[in-house]
Amino acid sequence: MGNRIEGLGEVQVDNVDSSSHVSEAGRFILPDGVNISKEARSAISRAASVFVLYATSCANNFAMKGKRKTLNAGDVLSAMEEMEFQRFVAPLKESLEVYRREQKGKKEARKDKDKKADSEEQDKSREEENDDDDERMEEEEQNDEEEVDN
Amino acid sequence: SGGENRLVSLPLSRIRVIMKSSPEVSSINQDALFLTAKATELFVQYLATYSYKHGRGKEKNALTYSDLSHTAEECETFQFLADILPKKILASKYLKMLEKEKRDGEVGEDNEEDEEEEDEDEAVDEDVGS
Repeated sequence: MGNRIEGLGEVQVDNVDSSSHVSEAGRFILPDGVNISKEARSAISRAASVFVLYATSCANNFAMKGKRKTLNAGDVLSAMEEMEFQRFVAPLKESLEVYRREQKGKKEARKDKDKKADSEEQDKSREEENDDDDERMEEEEQNDEEEVDN
Repeated sequence: SGGENRLVSLPLSRIRVIMKSSPEVSSINQDALFLTAKATELFVQYLATYSYKHGRGKEKNALTYSDLSHTAEECETFQFLADILPKKILASKYLKMLEKEKRDGEVGEDNEEDEEEEDEDEAVDEDVGS
């Protein structure tokens, strides 16, 4: 069950024992059935945007200190400490591990798929590429950025 | 891919738009984008649960704007939100505040005028004296 926050999308709300506010996964959650007013949702959405800007600005300072033009993972983690959100650092590192593994898996899956497409008739391979276009477009953008950094 | 079992619930594209709106930022590596999105998710959860725990909304099993605004004002960690989550007061209270300020201002002006009159009297006396 999720809670929609305007402008940001779904924010997962876990089911958990309501005496503590921490789920088994260590995430902060609201107890089951709590009503978030419309005004509160809108405020949370704005707060999140401000957080992103603050975090980005802070991370950018670290990048500049390191004489780099591209923000990297370390910059964001340093920013969290600077902003006094040290509690986020450990769960962020864990999530990053999983994310990197996922991305690596996707990349390899695409390489195999490309090889397969090349070996089939041209018409058929064009069809497959069109279906995946939407999913792949964002990934390709992401990969472009990665390549620039390397 | 779809929404099932996603690693982060906020859309990366939206987060990226906000990050890019920052003028000093030139480019963002993919890991940094992911971490910022994930951190924002943690932040939203933290803000919501903290506000709920310390606020009065829970008396009615709700999280209210007032709870959030209170957090921004009282808790140092969230003080950077104070400007965008201002406290709300009733319009009638605000109007009363304005009136009071105006009255206080007028009393001050009267005092200044009294002082000026005294000075003029003294000047007149001196002239008469010589």
